[in-house]
Amino acid sequence: MTKLTYIAFDGTRFDVDASDGSTVMENAIRNDVPGIDAECGGACACATCHVYVDEAWTDVVGEPEAMEEDMLDFAYDVRPNSRLSCQIKVRPELDGLTVSVPERQG
Amino acid sequence: MSDVIETDVVIIGAGPVGLFAVFELGLFDMKCHLVDILDRPGGQCTELYPEKPIYDIPAWPSILAQDLVDKLLEQIEPFKPTYSFNRMIAGIEQLEDGRFRLSTDDQEVIEAKVVVIAAGGGSFQPKRPPIPGIEAFENESVFYSVRRMEAFRGEDVLIVGGGDSALDWTLNLQPLARSLTLVHRRPEFRAAPDSVNKMYALQEMKKLDFEVGQVTALKGDGGKLQSATVKGPNGEVEVPCTRLLPFFGLTMKLGPISDWGLELKDNLVVVDTEKFETTRPGIFAIGDINWYPGKLKLILSGFHEAALMAQAAKRIVSPGERVVFQYTTSSTNLQKKLGVA
Ligand SMILES: Cc1cc2nc3c(=O)[nH]c(=O)nc-3n(C[C@H](O)[C@H](O)[C@H](O)COP(=O)(O)OP(=O)(O)OC[C@H]3O[C@@H](n4cnc5c(N)ncnc54)[C@H](O)[C@@H]3O)c2cc1C
Ligand code: FES
Repeated sequence: MTKLTYIAFDGTRFDVDASDGSTVMENAIRNDVPGIDAECGGACACATCHVYVDEAWTDVVGEPEAMEEDMLDFAYDVRPNSRLSCQIKVRPELDGLTVSVPERQG
Repeated sequence: MSDVIETDVVIIGAGPVGLFAVFELGLFDMKCHLVDILDRPGGQCTELYPEKPIYDIPAWPSILAQDLVDKLLEQIEPFKPTYSFNRMIAGIEQLEDGRFRLSTDDQEVIEAKVVVIAAGGGSFQPKRPPIPGIEAFENESVFYSVRRMEAFRGEDVLIVGGGDSALDWTLNLQPLARSLTLVHRRPEFRAAPDSVNKMYALQEMKKLDFEVGQVTALKGDGGKLQSATVKGPNGEVEVPCTRLLPFFGLTMKLGPISDWGLELKDNLVVVDTEKFETTRPGIFAIGDINWYPGKLKLILSGFHEAALMAQAAKRIVSPGERVVFQYTTSSTNLQKKLGVA
C-alpha cells in the first residue's frame, strides 16, 4: 500500500491507502475526493481528472507524455506542476505523494 | 440536396449498441440505416479506448474494445445496414402517415417508420473554455466556429488553442483581421508543423502576435468584447480584442435531440423498461443515452435494451403481423436470414 494525500479545493485533506498499479485518479474516485470528474474513465481523453502535484514531488512523479500534454491544453488553469491524475500510476516511490485539486475541471 | 433515404428504422449513433440493434431488428426483417457524426462506427469503444480490454462482455473473458466493434460489424453483415457518416441528426418531423422524416446538418433527408436513438454520450461538440462570464459574449463576440469569414474583417481577433482548427483559422483570418493574436498554453502545438511554421513566419513579419499563456478573464460590455487577460509565464497582459475564437476541443452533448420534445432527465432520454420507448411513440432510446430507474451504462445493458426494443419496433413497422419468439439455434427461418441455413 502506498499513501496518497489529496487536498480538495476547499482545503479538505483526504489521506488514502492506494494499491500499486492503480492510478491516482482511480483512488480519488474510490474515496469520493470532490472535484475529480474523470468523465472518460481514465482514457486520457477528457482532461477532467486534472491535479496539481505538490512541488516537492514533481521530480519523482515525472513529466507527462506527449498525449497527456496535448490533453492538458483543455484543462483549466494549467500550471507547470499540472498532471492528469489518470496517467499517474501508483508505485512505492510515490509513498506520501500529495496532489491538490483545481478550482474546476474544464 | 441528395435523394431521400427510405428505411424501416433509422438508428442515430453507430456505437456498439446502435450496431447490435441492427442485428436484433434484422432478425425481424427490419432494414436499418445508421447515422453517426463521426467518420466510422464504434462510438466510445473506437474513439476513446480501442486498445483497452473489456472484461464484462458475456462469454468473452477479455476482448479489446475495437475487436468488439469489429465482431459486431461482422455479426450484422448479413443484414446489410446502410450508413451516413460525418452527419449529425438535427431535425425531426412526423409525416401524416405516421412515419418520421429526419434531417442531418448536411441537409440529408431520411424517412423511417421507427427512430432509434442510440446516441451514447451524445454528439461531440465544441467545448466552452472555463473563462468566467464567457457566456455573456457568446454569438456576439465569442464564436466556437467560423461560419462567415466576413464577420471577422476589420476586427481585433483573438484565437485560443494549439490544434489544427486554431492554427488554420489563425492563417485564414490574419489577412482580414485588423489585428490577430494567437494564445496557446505552451510553445508546442498539436497542429500540423507546416501551419505552425507559417504562423511563426507571420509573427516574424509582425503580422500577428503569438502569446504563450491562458485567457483568464474577459472585459467588455453588453456582449461586446473589449479585451482579454492573458496569464503567461511572465505575468499578465491585457490583449485588446473584439472577437474571440476559443478552440478547446470537443465534449459530448445531447445536442439537437434535446429539442425533440422528449422527456429528459439530466440530459438523458427517459424510456420505459418494457420497450425502451421514449415519451413519443415510435421513437426509442437505447444504450448510454437513455435513463430509467436502475439504469447501468454498460454495453451489456444496451444489448438487452436493443433486443426488447426490436419486438416493439416490429409491431410499428409491420402492424398486424404476429411477432413470434424464436431461437437463432433452432429456427431455420432465422438461420436463412443470417445466411447460415
Ligand atoms: C474508458 C471507458 C471504459 C469503458 N469500459 C466499459 C466496460 O468495461 N464495460 C462496459 O460494458 N462498458 C464500458 N464502457 C462504457 C461503454 O463504452 C458504453 O456503455 C458504450 O459505448 C455505450 O454504447 P452506445 O452505443 O450507447 O453509445 P456510444 O458508444 O457513445 O456511441 C454513440 C454514437 O452516437 C453518435 N451520435 C450521438 N449523437 C448523434 C447525433 N445527433 N447524430 C449522429 N450521431 C450521433 C456518437 O458520435 C457516437 O458514435 C467504458 C467507457 C469508457 C469511456
Ligand atoms: S479521466 Fe479522462 S483524462 Fe483522465
